Amino acid sequence: MIEVRELCREFTVTTKVGRFRRERRVVRAVEDVGFDVAAGEAVGYVGPNGAGKSTTIKMLTGILVPTSGHVRVCGVDPSRGRRELARRIGVVFGQRSQLWWDLPLRDSFELLRAIYRVPRGDHASRLRECVELLELGPFLDTPVRQLSLGQRMRGEVTASLLHGPELLVLDEPTIGLDLESKERLREFLSDLNARRGTTLLLTTHDLDDIERLCPRLVVIDRGTVLADGPLDALRAEVAPERVLVIDLERPADLDGLPGVTATKVELNGLRQHLTFRRAETTAAALISAVAARAEVHDLVVVEPEIDDVVRRLYARR
Amino acid sequence: MAEGVYLKLVGARLRGQMSYRTSFALQCVAQAINQLAELAIILVLFNRVSALGGFSVAEVVLMYAIAGTAFGIADMVAGQLDELPTYIRTGTFDVLLLRPLGTLAQMMASDLHLRKVGRIVAGVGSMVYALSHNDIQWSGWAVWLVVAAPVSGAVIFSSIWVAANAVCFWVVDGQELANTVTYGSNAFTSYPATVYGPWLRRFFAFVVPGAFVAYYPSLALLGRADPLGGPGFLGWVSPVVAVVAAVVAGVVWRTAVRHYRGTGS
Repeated sequence: MIEVRELCREFTVTTKVGRFRRERRVVRAVEDVGFDVAAGEAVGYVGPNGAGKSTTIKMLTGILVPTSGHVRVCGVDPSRGRRELARRIGVVFGQRSQLWWDLPLRDSFELLRAIYRVPRGDHASRLRECVELLELGPFLDTPVRQLSLGQRMRGEVTASLLHGPELLVLDEPTIGLDLESKERLREFLSDLNARRGTTLLLTTHDLDDIERLCPRLVVIDRGTVLADGPLDALRAEVAPERVLVIDLERPADLDGLPGVTATKVELNGLRQHLTFRRAETTAAALISAVAARAEVHDLVVVEPEIDDVVRRLYARR
Repeated sequence: MAEGVYLKLVGARLRGQMSYRTSFALQCVAQAINQLAELAIILVLFNRVSALGGFSVAEVVLMYAIAGTAFGIADMVAGQLDELPTYIRTGTFDVLLLRPLGTLAQMMASDLHLRKVGRIVAGVGSMVYALSHNDIQWSGWAVWLVVAAPVSGAVIFSSIWVAANAVCFWVVDGQELANTVTYGSNAFTSYPATVYGPWLRRFFAFVVPGAFVAYYPSLALLGRADPLGGPGFLGWVSPVVAVVAAVVAGVVWRTAVRHYRGTGS
């Protein structure tokens, strides 16, 4: 679905030096980026601000032309076949709107139908489905400028799907949304990916988005890909430790359990955090070892936060 | 097919603007007054002088009326291009690039300054007045010219608008520069080309083809020879100039968008 090889993009930045002199400098926003996305995948594209995420997205969607490298999206070269590609992909920008500010949502959708030349029947059935799943009904006739951010984002997502795209690209779709709106949107997107087979590529700073939506993660920093793989594998690689948090009926000494690398004691020994490496012991083995020494009241296994995974990836450079 | 989309976009804009009826009516009136105020200036001027650049008051009003009508139509259709810097700065232009349509058509369709109808009505009114107060040899060709001149003029002005505003793709603060050319050419075309100095005249007459909006067609209508010595056929070629201007503007726009996307320069 997406094919990226040795992708580079440079920008010329002019800075003022002194009163009249200007200095031109070439900045590489994206440097030798490569990855593939297969049809039906859901991929998270993450990285800190200024890492080159948006620049990559713009090159994938045909807004920007690469300085060098190879890009194919749905088999189309985005810079040459911008209009053809536009019919086959949907794009949602969290920070800018594709709806008409002073028109009701319904009218915006109708205009998009005309722009994308979607047959009336297809348009109506897709719209009906989105209206139902995203609960757009109550504000379908409200001008876009009067919608809340959450309502507007649901409108934006609908707008990007009305022409039945094979690939949906989302640039920070959950930015600024409250928890409930985020959750609703994630549920919708995950359903879209699972049931419709629509390929998803999303950039985000909210790692819960990745956790919920994307089995695969591409991490980028300073224009280059740091890591690419399933979230679980990345975790195992850079954050191989998990923590067993255990509540005991009575304080007990749990030092010296096999495989445990660190212990943190809370509540006078009633709660203990046991850090262990997944390569050396399993959670089940550790739990039975603890149970042999003390009476267990409650327990939970904590996976490393995805935040932590990404931070470690950055640190590893 | 594409025209259908364009009409739909325009229709939606109209519905949007019509939801504020009173404000819309007032804006129309304001535009008409604006246009007529410029006419008043010409009339006041002629209280002091009997001829301007060798032309009588009725003749100058004719040029002014053709230019005003043409400018009004262009402003209505292409005036939205003044928003280009905002589109670029806020990233709205990127959204246009995500749709399967040309950017220029989308840009023009994104808003239609319908209030400029006031200006157009005032322009047409002045034209009727000027035509009836000049000694014109009426013929089929003359009638054709009366219609063709403002329409060609509108195309020429729109082309100027497109080409001048395309500067903003290179210099985001290029608006002021663009305005000098767009609104400047309107000022130029409203008076006989003979009142300007040679350099200004050459620039606005031929580089920016402003003289073909009103000056030359008016000469043809009035049956007058060009005091500057231009051949008589210049009065009839405005439609050709308009087509050329539109093609040039299209090329400039394409180059500008290509530069914006990063293949140019």
